[in-house]
Amino acid sequence: MKNQMTVTFNAISENEAFARNAVAAFCVSLDPTVDQINDIKTAVSEAVTNSIVHAYPQNAEKEQITITTTVDDDSVHIVVSDNGIGIDDLEVARQPFYTTKPEQERSGMGFTVMESFMDLLSVEKNTPNGTVVTMTKTIRGADWKKKKH
Amino acid sequence: MKIEHYRKPDELHIKLCGELDEHHSAYVRMSLDSLIDDGNIKRLYIDMSNLSFMDSTGVGVLIGRYKRLKPHGIPIYIQSPTPTVDRVLGLSGIYNIMIKAG
Repeated sequence: MKNQMTVTFNAISENEAFARNAVAAFCVSLDPTVDQINDIKTAVSEAVTNSIVHAYPQNAEKEQITITTTVDDDSVHIVVSDNGIGIDDLEVARQPFYTTKPEQERSGMGFTVMESFMDLLSVEKNTPNGTVVTMTKTIRGADWKKKKH
Repeated sequence: MKIEHYRKPDELHIKLCGELDEHHSAYVRMSLDSLIDDGNIKRLYIDMSNLSFMDSTGVGVLIGRYKRLKPHGIPIYIQSPTPTVDRVLGLSGIYNIMIKAG
């Protein structure tokens, strides 16, 4: 069975903890391990931070970020989207240590962390503008499926 | 986010407590710099046993402190990171420039 939640919130850093905890709480029905929950929290925090730091150079506090979380039988699918300025070169942006803001002591590791902590990551342009980050993590492995059937 | 500290001769010991993300990064950066500047130190220890969350923004903060201390030859020791924080640190290559101690 599929279950879905959507939250939209202002693009301010105060909301980062809310965003990662809301997604993590929604995943509880899949009975994840503590490590899996922490992986999800970290990945969500990276995606949301990207939108807060980069998407809206002006008046970010008036702009919004939307997260749609879907859980099915064994996996969680998370879509983080903004309507900001978007990313010029998606391939370059995903390189480890690449950052457009080195003067702010940015590590450039956001997409690398998302990629490592989740099973699937795709980054695309939003329509008509902005960025959509889609991440999937399988929570229940083959053992669970075997037991179920 | 709370930052505890104590000093020993030549050493500054810092304990990060809470969650280090974008929202708390400016506070952590400023607090660490002011503790570092406030006294002669030869070694910096950062205890992460009570840091329940850190993302790559925290890595940026750590690298920034490393860049400040490196010209003075002051090493940074990372102590007791929780498993998830440890993975973020490992992935970022932090252990190539800082010493994992405990």
